[in-house]
Amino acid sequence: MLPTESKKAFSFKRCIEDGDLVIVYERHDVMKPVKVSKDGVLQNRFGVYKHSDWIGKPLGTKVFSNKGKFVYLLAPTPELWTLVLSHRTQILYIADISFVVMYLEVVPGCVVLESGTGSGSLSTSLARAVAPTGHVYSFDFHEQRAVSAREDFEKTGISSLVTVEVRDIQGEGFPEKLSGLADSVFLDLPQPWLAVPSAAKMLKQDGVLCSFSPCIEQVQRTCEVLRSDFIEIRTFEVLLRTYEVKEVKMDTSSMVGESHEEDNEGMRPCKRKHRSNENDTVSQDNSSNASSVVMARPCSEARGHTGYLTFARLQCLA
Amino acid sequence: MELNKDQTVMSEDKKPQDPNPRFACEGCSVLLDVNDGDRLVFARLSGGAILKIGNKNYSLKPLIGAPFGSLFQVETGEDGSFLSRILPIKQENSSNNVMDDSRDNREIVDNNEAQNLTGEEIEAMRREGAKGDEIIEALIANSKTFDKKFQLSQEKYKLKKQKKYAPKLLLRRPFARSICEAYFKKYPARIGFLRVDALSLLLTMANVTAYSDVLVVDMVGGLVTGAVAERLGGTGYVCNTYKGSSPYPVEMVRMFNFSDKVLERIVQSSINELSSANTASPEGNNQQEGVCNAENNINETSSTSDIMVEEISATTEAGVVDIVVPESKVIKAAKSGAKASKETIEMWRENGFSSLIIAAQDQDPWSVAKDVLPLLSYSAPFVIYHQYLQPLATCMHKLQQGKMAINLQITEPWLREYQVLPSRSHPHMQMSSFGGYVLSGIRISTT
Repeated sequence: MLPTESKKAFSFKRCIEDGDLVIVYERHDVMKPVKVSKDGVLQNRFGVYKHSDWIGKPLGTKVFSNKGKFVYLLAPTPELWTLVLSHRTQILYIADISFVVMYLEVVPGCVVLESGTGSGSLSTSLARAVAPTGHVYSFDFHEQRAVSAREDFEKTGISSLVTVEVRDIQGEGFPEKLSGLADSVFLDLPQPWLAVPSAAKMLKQDGVLCSFSPCIEQVQRTCEVLRSDFIEIRTFEVLLRTYEVKEVKMDTSSMVGESHEEDNEGMRPCKRKHRSNENDTVSQDNSSNASSVVMARPCSEARGHTGYLTFARLQCLA
Repeated sequence: MELNKDQTVMSEDKKPQDPNPRFACEGCSVLLDVNDGDRLVFARLSGGAILKIGNKNYSLKPLIGAPFGSLFQVETGEDGSFLSRILPIKQENSSNNVMDDSRDNREIVDNNEAQNLTGEEIEAMRREGAKGDEIIEALIANSKTFDKKFQLSQEKYKLKKQKKYAPKLLLRRPFARSICEAYFKKYPARIGFLRVDALSLLLTMANVTAYSDVLVVDMVGGLVTGAVAERLGGTGYVCNTYKGSSPYPVEMVRMFNFSDKVLERIVQSSINELSSANTASPEGNNQQEGVCNAENNINETSSTSDIMVEEISATTEAGVVDIVVPESKVIKAAKSGAKASKETIEMWRENGFSSLIIAAQDQDPWSVAKDVLPLLSYSAPFVIYHQYLQPLATCMHKLQQGKMAINLQITEPWLREYQVLPSRSHPHMQMSSFGGYVLSGIRISTT
């Protein structure tokens, strides 16, 4: 998924090969990661797709099932991966991820520590930001989760950028040997305040820490502890509002004045629409009064809360 | 246990330049944070650079060589006022419960008689070299109402006086984040109201990473170009494209502390040059013309760069984000934005760009997108930023109808900051209610 040397740089014109990981895109909310193998098949409600038909085709193209229905094959990116990965824990979403990477000032070559690994959603984006020469050290106290995360990173081809270790960061702190090497630290822990002193030890001076917590009480306690070694302590909440875009017929005839017989009914879009379906000529006649306009409005439902993001910068003492 | 410390150490040896320089050297660009974000100033450090705080001028010389993150305060000595570095004292954790404080403001009357010290007396203290903290102590001692105040108001009072009499200056590294924040705070229109969370979304949704070839249409002063270059770390390319014959100014790139290695990766090329795939020079005199063109390119490059520098100094004089220009000698930042070479343009024609970011204020998103989207390879992500929703909606609709892209979505980020204090946590009373709209999608093959 991520290039670690220039030879492996993205070239989307590259054709799909046996062994590639692709994202099969049915709809914006139906996607699936698939490892291409020459004997493999993909089955969905639209029929059977043979992987052998895919090999040699460029990414971003349509492939057809035996029933003539198509899906798109896409190159995996951390964003698509976040949408398709198996949720072993609550994961961080794109708004939080983007904000964290930017606020932690992660650039190529940085060393970033993270705990816990969880489902590896953030780890993948952190890896993208530190590539090609940096490294992400990720810790989770859950043995099985760490194993699954490692398997995922292997699958997405970023294992040279991320090291996953089983460790209870709240109890034991980060490993001593990473002391003073971290450019940034990210904490997603139930009691982050317990890990703050260790995180401070790991950070280079002026390094940035971020703690993600769903509850304000957690933030409160974390901030109290942060005040002894950190400055610029700031807490944010970041959310996304998505918009629906539709072409809508709007009646623009005026309420009074123009002596069209339809004027009285004009205010009832359902009726007019019904009629225009029956008779095309009527809708033609109406076109001066009812025009199609592309319009946007916020989707009715949205994620209302993910967590609070607290950032702090290690005080410069030297 | 697979932790590999060797790798870390090795990669640090390998790096000729730290990706994150930790010290402010002469000639580098710095961000100065006066009084906890009250004022943000970009400056290029030199012996002659001067910053005005209150009504006094301070030389920035003491900042040279100091680590980023150091704190300075003003002091008065024999030769007048100067900036001096202070090492913070570890703060005691005073988590006393404010809820137990029963004082309130019933006895506070606003009659302007609370302070016994006069302005002249304070000025006299200053002349005698009293430190800011000492002045504040004196003010508190001479305040009739301070003791009656609620603990919170006492803190507020101290903070207010500190800002006035003992201003503090924090030396910060300029990053895309801080540059965007500073501009958004002071000159949001210049960056098309692109808030830092929206900028972070652009970089994420466009999948900007090392070795990418990122095409940008940057009409927000170079903020997007710089932010992309920061993520590329001297690999890949960020190619700034433009309509017509003159590139859009990207002067903000100078505020990032980019090494030459990073700056070399910032190039520009007009939409015509990038898209006129088959109108290349005739095969016959290819070589000759190649040489000729190369020369032209160099000339053009130098002339455009000169124009850029002029533009920068012009805007500086106009006071666009306080940029402190050293009076003695102007240390020019390395030039960026050279013309893309023929070979790279050829490579892009062959492979397509791997991401596209459009942040073109005053341009209709669709008219830009329909020209530049074909330059992108299939399956590559793109993002279009705009401060208005309607043109983005139209653009999205047209992309849908033309079946040019999938996974199309318009999002608007929302960002709220919180005050977190014992028993006093709540969202900030004022917030930015608008940071722009983002249309994202993935280009697909129409066949």
